Order: sequence, then C-alpha cells, then structure tokens
Amino acid sequence: MAITYTSSEQVEVYRFSLPATIVIPLVAIFIQAWLPLRFPFFKIFDLPLLVTIGFATARRNPLAGLFTGGLIGTLQDALTHQPIGLYGISKTVVGFLASSLGIKVDVENPGTRFLLTTVFYVVHEIAYFVIARGLVGLHMLWSWPHEIGSGAANAVLGLLVYALLDRVKQRI
Amino acid sequence: MESVLGRYRNLIVLVAVLFAQVLGLAVQVKRSAAASEPTLLIRIWAVGAIAPFEQALHWTQTSTSSIWHNYLYLRGMRAENRELKQEIQQMKLEQARMSQDAEQGRRLQALLSFKEQFVSQTMAAQVIGWSGSEQSRSIYIDKGAREGIKPDMAVITKDGIVGKVLQVYGTNPLERSVSQVLLIDDQTSGVGAILEKARLQGILRGTPSGDVVLEKVMSDETVPVGELVLTSGGDGIFPKGLPVGKVTKVSVGSDLFLNIRVRPAANLSRLEEVLVVTKIDERQAEPELTGPVRAADILAQRLPTVPAKAETTADASGKAPSAQAGGAALSGSALSGSAPGTAQAATASSGATASPSAPKAATPQAPTNPAKTNPAKTNPDNLTPKPTIKPAAAATTPAKTVNPTAVPKAPQPQPAAQDTPQ
Repeated sequence: MAITYTSSEQVEVYRFSLPATIVIPLVAIFIQAWLPLRFPFFKIFDLPLLVTIGFATARRNPLAGLFTGGLIGTLQDALTHQPIGLYGISKTVVGFLASSLGIKVDVENPGTRFLLTTVFYVVHEIAYFVIARGLVGLHMLWSWPHEIGSGAANAVLGLLVYALLDRVKQRI
Repeated sequence: MESVLGRYRNLIVLVAVLFAQVLGLAVQVKRSAAASEPTLLIRIWAVGAIAPFEQALHWTQTSTSSIWHNYLYLRGMRAENRELKQEIQQMKLEQARMSQDAEQGRRLQALLSFKEQFVSQTMAAQVIGWSGSEQSRSIYIDKGAREGIKPDMAVITKDGIVGKVLQVYGTNPLERSVSQVLLIDDQTSGVGAILEKARLQGILRGTPSGDVVLEKVMSDETVPVGELVLTSGGDGIFPKGLPVGKVTKVSVGSDLFLNIRVRPAANLSRLEEVLVVTKIDERQAEPELTGPVRAADILAQRLPTVPAKAETTADASGKAPSAQAGGAALSGSALSGSAPGTAQAATASSGATASPSAPKAATPQAPTNPAKTNPAKTNPDNLTPKPTIKPAAAATTPAKTVNPTAVPKAPQPQPAAQDTPQ
C-alpha cells in the first residue's frame, strides 16, 4: 500500500467524545498492566502507544496529539518505579509527530497504518532509550531486529485497535 | 513577531512541554539520588485508578477458576490423591532424617554462639498487576499499609525469593491498600547471594534484558553450572538461606569477575500468590534439651495414625502404652504402600515400636519439637503449612493392620523391655 499524499483541505478531521477520551486510555493502561501477568508474551506490546497514535492520527491536531501522548505516557510512568517522564516525553514526541503526519498523509488504509505504527514504535523506543540512558542513567540494550520485530507486532495489533477507535470517533 | 509565534505555535508548545518534562525528570533523578523521596501524587492517583479494576478482575478470575477446579473439573483426582499420599510417606521419612541433621547443626551452632535468622511471620498476598513496562520489572500486590506492609520487606514464594516491597499505598484512608514489589530481575535490584557448595558470595542483579546475574565473584574461582544460589543475608532484607535460583551459565568477564547467569527458582513471569515476610527473628541457636533421640522414635511418631475412634476403644481395653504405640506405627507402615524405600522404613519403624523406646514415642512429648523445627508463626492468610504431629494413637487390632511378612514380631511387644535403658 502506498502512502497517499493529500492536501490539508482533503483530509477528514475527527473528534472523540469526552468519555471515550478518558476511558480508552485508562483501559489501555489497565490491560497493559494486567494482561502480561496471565500472558507474558503480551509484554512486547505497548497498548498505550497504539492508543496515542490512534488518537493523534484521527484528530490531526499536533497540540492535541502531544498533550494526549504526554498524559498517557505520564500515567504509564506512574505505574512503574522509574522517574516520571520517561514514557511521558517519548509519547509526547510520538503524539506530535503522528498528528503532524496525519495532516499530510492519508492514514485511513491498513497498509499506511501498519507502516506508520512500525516507524512510530521505533521512534518511541529511540526516544525512550536516549532519555533513559542520557538523563536517568539506566543501562539499556538496543537491538535493531528486536525493535523492528516488536514494531511489526505492535503494528498488527494496532490495526485492530485503530479499527475499534474508528467505531467511536466522530467526524467534525 | 506575532506571525512567527503563530506559525511555529505547535513547535513552540512542543518544546515547552518537553522542556517541562525534562526538568521534572531531572528534579526526580536528583531527589532519588539524595534521599528517599515521598510518593508522588500522580502515582497515587494512577494506582488508585487502576488497582480497583485489577482487584475486581483478579477476584472474578480466581472465583471462576476455583469453581471450575474445585467443583467441576475433578478428573484424575483419585489417582493424584493416591500419588500424593505416597509422596507424603516418602517425605515424612526424609523429614525424620533431616530433623536429626538439623538438630546436630543446632548443637554445633550453639557451641559456636551463632545467631540464626528465622522467617517468623509472613503474609499471603495476591498479585494483581504489573508495571506495564519491560524497563520496570515490578508487580502490584493486594496488601498494603493497612495490612502492615512496609517498604523493604522481602517477598518470596514457596520456590524462592521474588523481590522486595518498594512502594506501599494505603496510608491515607482514601487510598487503595496495595504495594509495589520490585522483582529481582529488575536492573535496579540487588540481593546478597551465596553459592550453596562453593560458599562464594556475590550480588544478584537483574539486567536490562531481564536475565539475572551473580556479580562480584572472582574469575579465578570455579563455579559449576547447576549449583544452587541462596540468599546470604548480607543485604539486610532477605533472611539467610532462602533459595534464589540455579547457575545456568558461567563465563569469564572482561574484568576480574565471573559472569554467572542464574535462573530464578521462582517463576517471575507467572506469579499469582506471594508471601511477604513481615517479621524476621534473630536468636541464639539452642540445642534440643530432650537428649539424643533415635530416628526410629521419630518415625514411630510421624507415621500415620488410626482414627480417634480406635483410640477410645484402646483406652477402654487398657492395653500397655508400648502396644498402643506399636500398633499406631505399624498401622502406618501398613498404609505406606509398596514402594521399596517405604517398605524398608516401615520394617524399621515397626521394629522400633516393639523396642523399649516405643513408650517414649507414644507420649505427647515429641522427640522433635515442631516449634523449633519450624518456628514460623503464620497469619491466617499464610500459605505455609503448620506441622501437626499427632501422638501415636492406639489400635484395637494391630494384627489386622500389620503385614505379617514384613514385620512378623511387631504385634507382640515385650512389656518387660519398657524399663530397659536405651
């Protein structure tokens, strides 16, 4: 699937209701914190990131995207024992980029969504790696095959998540 | 100027938000390096928002699973029950042998004025959540400040150590009473550990990839693969001697130390129930005051007894104590099945009950004091089983319960032999 370049006048902008805006990220964080206990393989997924990308690309508003990403990331940080801000900064960057790209690129078809999610996952991991290593001093390992593989796995799950988000988004 | 701000508004906001977050991060890193920081409000909110759902879901899952396993799906239970009974017999024999070794160890420790550490109180807790990040290997349990949990308490399972309590919530009545436990495979954790046979001490740490390694063991030492790793007690959190894991790989590192990879004894990726060590006692080792005890006496006491109904009948018949004890032990030996090891031990025990030491075994003064053998006091929630040793009960018809080929002389105890000194 080719990425279609469209003008900003042609793209459709969506909004989400307030309950959906609050509940969906909370449910994503809850599933992320609960499901790996029963299914350890689920640890490779980053459901809050997929929700961030889904919201950002649908709204196509960079400010909304960065704030959504920042809030979801901060909540995710709050459940860890690491300093708050690692996921917050990473998801702020991804939210901003995803919504900025959403203005210029048609993100409605599955192929585009798959590619974008894979790329944004890697961008998110790079941002996290740099901050965790540079600012917090954590020992981090980087493996391109692992990151790209995880990105592809997240992209597959992302197709399902975006399809669910499509059902609750409202056209402006 | 206004047009520039308007044009780059999004970028300016992005930079401002990132700057604020980086600043906040830097403040936290500096604080955590300086001293123990108080729990941030955002963490309390996040845990308060997520934990109730996790607890509810966990309760639902546990209830459903319990109904299924305890009432509906009982296939193979009889066979499993039979196997477990045989296993219990074997373990009782093993326990009798080990209690003698332990007693010997206590005497030696007392001679050397050693202080022993005991896990004297534990609290069972359910695992309700995970941190949600590979870089933060921690879990949430359903017990918190209101149940008496405090930071730095050790968390274990029956297989081995799990981690330590990091954050405790529930000090405020509005807060959910839960705790965050840092697992031993997190890269920020550290556990004092010792190799079981080599007696080399090191520090057990997690790695970013989730492996567990034993550090600070000199490279000129020999460490075999498969050796057990235990807690050394040097960290002040875990009592000495708890199982940690097994050595799976040993290689020479770039510095002076070995790279020792350890597989944790507890399955850290599938934790459901854990025990929080709420109290550790340290006391001087004391030898048993009952004097030397024969293994046969312990066996006679620990082997299964006949039901209480038989006891009352025997009391009414007024049989000699030695005969009662002999009957009890023999009935146990007859129950112990046909496993080769068990059969041999059964023969030994039946011989012992007919010996002069049998009356001693039948009295409530147990040769091995269970409180000293296992001094753990447990909460009602505690999963650790309490050792219950019943006095050997009498049997009305010992001849019926004895396998005559195995113990031909057992049913005829010699009353005169009771006074014979050991």
